[in-house]
Order: sequence, then structure tokens, then C-alpha cells
Amino acid sequence: MSNAAQPTAKPDERIKEISAFRKALIRPELGGIVGTVAVFTFFLLFAFDSGMFNSQGIMNWSVVSAQFMIIAVGACLLMIAGEFDLSVGSMIGFAGMMIAIFSVTYGLPVWLAIIMTFVLCVAIGGLNGWIVIRTGLPSFIVTLAFLFILRGFTIFLPQVIERKTIIGGINDVAEGDWLAPVFGGKILGNVFTWLGDAGLIATFERGTKQGQPVVDGIPMLIVWAIILIIFGHVLLTKTKFGNWIFAAGGDAEAARNSGVPVNRVKILMFMFTAFCATVFAVCQVMEFGSAGADRGLLKEFEAIIAVVIGGALLTGGYGSVLGAALGALIFGVVQQGLFFAGVESSLFRVFLGVILLGAVILNTYIRRIITGER
Amino acid sequence: MSLLELDNITKSFGAIHALSKVSLTIQPGEAVGLMGDNGAGKSTLMKIIAGNFMPSSGEIRIENKPVAFHKPIDARNAGIEIVYQDLALCDNLTAGANVFLGRELKRKFGPISMLDYPAMYKRAGELFAELKSETRPRDLVRQMSGGQRQAVAIARTRLSDPKLVLMDEPTAAISVRQVAEVLALIKRLKETGHAVVLVSHRMPDVFDVCDRVAVLRRGTKVADKPIKETSPEEVTGLIIGAIEAA
Ligand SMILES: Nc1ncnc2c1ncn2[C@@H]1O[C@H](COP(=O)(O)OP(=O)(O)OP(=O)(O)O)[C@@H](O)[C@H]1O
Ligand SMILES: [Mg+2]
Repeated sequence: MSNAAQPTAKPDERIKEISAFRKALIRPELGGIVGTVAVFTFFLLFAFDSGMFNSQGIMNWSVVSAQFMIIAVGACLLMIAGEFDLSVGSMIGFAGMMIAIFSVTYGLPVWLAIIMTFVLCVAIGGLNGWIVIRTGLPSFIVTLAFLFILRGFTIFLPQVIERKTIIGGINDVAEGDWLAPVFGGKILGNVFTWLGDAGLIATFERGTKQGQPVVDGIPMLIVWAIILIIFGHVLLTKTKFGNWIFAAGGDAEAARNSGVPVNRVKILMFMFTAFCATVFAVCQVMEFGSAGADRGLLKEFEAIIAVVIGGALLTGGYGSVLGAALGALIFGVVQQGLFFAGVESSLFRVFLGVILLGAVILNTYIRRIITGER
Repeated sequence: MSLLELDNITKSFGAIHALSKVSLTIQPGEAVGLMGDNGAGKSTLMKIIAGNFMPSSGEIRIENKPVAFHKPIDARNAGIEIVYQDLALCDNLTAGANVFLGRELKRKFGPISMLDYPAMYKRAGELFAELKSETRPRDLVRQMSGGQRQAVAIARTRLSDPKLVLMDEPTAAISVRQVAEVLALIKRLKETGHAVVLVSHRMPDVFDVCDRVAVLRRGTKVADKPIKETSPEEVTGLIIGAIEAA
């Protein structure tokens, strides 16, 4: 090419020099970061002495936030791919119930019950996606149908099989199982014992556990949340598949023309969302030792709210897993913080609404700066 | 051996017959102008060759072998690149990401391969420079002007070494300077043995770079002759129907 040597980067006088600092600051997660700082500042000022920031208190809101994070990662990637899943909450209830039925009612080993539940739920997620792709219906409608279908089964099955809506006794059958601790166990117990012995965190002062730390390890739930966040973030920002997720949610037709397997991307994201919901369910079942027909109610909305607080666009093609994780953290800290601060619990919804609105307004402003849309 | 043969291609969308029995042959290294009024079926024909639509009937042969493209990537794998009329870009991605969408450059880190953004942006920048376009690889396509989008769409076709490049009105939104670059690119493609189909309403462009011109009118091919044996006046007459066929 004769004239290919033309320099590419001739400075354009029309581009305003944006400082590196500003560039680093203006990113999809900015709203989440600002919100997180604001929320922590608020509670440090008004609820510092409430026990919210001792080892037990921190563990309390961390666990709740981690729960939100697990489902938010799935919802985030799916939303960026341009779809919704309203069946997440029902899926949580359903997955928990299936584990209980497989293991307690039918006496299968817990590890097998967990694996079967994962396969079943991920397949249902795939079915959700397949119907959305095949019919071209909005995922909002299709997954709304599954919200009812799965919840219906979750109430119906234990009633016909066990004549009750809660199946307990899972802890007994999970005793000695190799897979159950991956969801219900704790790690770093030694570290916490050492912290307790060193007087850095509180220990029980009397009773059978005297001298042991009040927080005796990091629940696997939190480990799962961290793993899923890292996985989702790397997938989205560093891999080809992540690029395809953005493309599928931005302009599915253009992406197809470019050779992106849009259908496969979307169906896989439905399956991943179902996977996250199942992780949530298994952790919860192992923690409670039971499965209940009403578990997971409204979780789909909480996931979507966390994702939106985290800066993602409801219409797809834009968002960040780290933002969604911060959204989940905000959600968890506010919910538990108000409890610690002794605020009437019904006011939680007021706070949530205000935060949601504030976050969305801030995020819209940030996004306009980034994308130049009007 | 012909590079591409279209044999009695017909395409209907429900009641609309967009194409009826269109045959067209393209030789390696040849540039064919495809002209016709709005709605004549030019884009439909391009999209059939590019694998967006299956023809309702008729056969496509590449180097004498019948092919059936079910999706765009099939055509691309057969050595066909296309610049769509509506450009088909993802607004929410950067110019560089759009150029490489579907064939991203990767770097291996052990078992996982990660996107190689620096390499993609560098290559995209080179391609834009080659087109003399002021398109910055890291800008989002949403923020771009029509001409910059066009450069992105054209740059996409430069990633591989295609046998055939389809350009559906590639000069519709661009400046005089860039039109000249696109025409120069078409000439270079010809010199290096690539075939080009140029859909355009701009008579001078077609007469400048094409060896042959085919005219579609209401879904039927009414003319197909060497550029040397025709004139802009005749082609205009064929397009609007003042001349029945040639
Ligand atoms: N996807 C589709 N569904 C239904 N009808 C279509 C579709 N695509 C094209 N058509 C119809 O086919 C006919 C030919 O359209 P086409 O886009 O090929 O025209 P064109 O020659 O490219 O026109 P222009 O110069 O305006 O780009 C038109 O009548 C159009 O309405
Ligand atoms: Mg057209």
C-alpha cells in the first residue's frame, strides 16, 4: 500500500485533553463506588457503636451482601447481553427444594442431589433462553412465566411428597458429605482462632465455646461470591466471549452479521444466571438445614436493582460486574445497617427506593459522559 | 473458472418478490458495478451472497462448487466480505472492537486466551489511516459521524484476504477525499486479484473503477455489459426504465 505510512495518531485539536485522573474516574462503576463510600460514611457516622462494625456485625452484612452479589453477577451478565431473568427468585426456591427432595425424601447422597439440582436448574435456565430466542418474545414475559411455574412446583412438590412446605433434616444427611461443605462450610478458621487468641476480635466469654472467636471462619457463600465476581469480571472485560456479550446486547443483528453466535451467547447467559441462583440456593439450604417453599421470594428484583445501582443499562449493552457487586454491597449494607441502627424495618424500602433513584440518576449522568449519548 | 456464479436467484419476502431469476457471474480480479433504483433489490442480492438470506430458489456456486450459506459467517469463511448499506455496527462498542468483532485478536495466558486490545487498536488505527479516515479506534461508534462509521465498516473487510468484497453503497456518506480513497482501495483490490461488487448510485464512481455494470430493475436483471460498451446515459435509461433492456 503506497500511502499506508500515513501517521495514525495525528493530534486532533477538537479533542479536549482528558486528564488521566478523570479518565480513570469516569467509568461504569463510578456510581457504585460513590454509593458505597456514601453508605459506609453514613453508617460509620450514625451506627458506629451499634455493633455493625465489630467482627460479628461485619460478618453479618458481608454474608447478606454476598448473597446479593451471587445473583447479581448472573443478572448483570444477562442484562448486558440484553435479556432479563425474572425467574431467579423462584429458581432459588425450586433448587433448594429439589436438593431436599433428592437427598432427604429419596435418600440420595447429598453430593449427588447437589449435582442433579445444578444440572436440572441450569437446563431450565437454558430452556428459558431457548424459548426467548426461538419465539422472539421479550425475556421479561418468558421468565415471568417461569417465575410462576417454578414457584408453583416448589410449593406443590413437597406437599404431595411430604405433606408439608418445608423439608428439614438436610444437615443430618449432609454429615460427612464431600460436596456439601463446598457450599455450607467455612474457611480460614485457624486465622480467626488466632485473631481471637490475639485479642483482635471478640471471643465467647462463657459457655461451651468459651475462648473461641465469635466469628469462626469465612462462609463459603462469601468465597463463592468472590469467585463469581472475579470470573464474571474477567469474562466480561478480558475475553472474546465478554466482547460478544456486549455486542449481543448492543445490537444483536449487527453482531450476527459479524459472525457472533448471538443465540448461543444469550442462552449461555441464561444458564449462567440459573447457575448463580442455584449456588445461592445450595448455600442457603446448607446454612438453614432446610428447604422452604417461600425461599428466594423477590430475589429477581433485588438482583436487578443491585445491577442497576451498579451502573448497567436495563436495555443491555452496557454495564460492569464490579459495579453490580458494589450495588449488591450497597444493598446488603443498607438493609443490615438500618437494622443495626434500630430503624423501623419498614423504612428499609423507603431507603432502597431513594438509593435506587439516586444511583440511577448518577449513573445516567456518568454514562452520558462515557458514551456521548444524549 | 468463475469466482462466483449466481444462477436464477429468486427471493420473495411474503408477497414481495424482491428478486426474480437473477443470474450473475463474477471473475477473479473483476469489479462489477450493481446499479438500480431504490428498492430494485440490490441489497437483497448482496445479502444473499453474504449469507444473510437464503434464496427462495436458485443456486450459488463458488469456483464451480454449489454452496449454501446459512449465516453470514459461512460466507465469510468462503472468502466473502461485505460492507452493509446500513453498516451493521454495534453502537455500544469502540471502533476498534467493531472492526475485530467476531475475529478478535487474542493472547494466550496458559490455558486461557485473553483479548489483545493493544494489538487490535493498533491494527484498526492502521486500517483507518490507510483509508485516510479520521477515525479513532478507541472511540465508541455511537459518537461517530456517518463517514467514520463507513470507515469502520470498510476496515472490517480488510482483516482477511477475501476473494470477493461486496460493497453496498460504501461511498454514500463520505467526503470527496474519502470517496477517492475507497475507489483507490477498490482498484488495489482488483490489482491483487480480488473481485469487488460495488453497489452505488454514483455513476462516476462506477464508471471509474468497474469493469462491468449490471442493472437491476424491480427485481430483474435488465442489463449486464462491459463498462467500455456502455455510457452513463444508457445506464440511467436502464435504471429508470426508459430503455427496456440491453
Ligand atoms: N427483510 C425484508 N423483509 C421484507 N421485505 C424486504 C426485506 N428486505 C428487502 N425487502 C424488500 O425487497 C425489495 C428490495 O429491497 P432492497 O433493499 O434490496 O433494495 P435496494 O435496491 O437495495 O434499494 P436502495 O437503493 O434503496 O438501497 C424492497 O421492496 C424491500 O421492501
Ligand atoms: Mg440497498
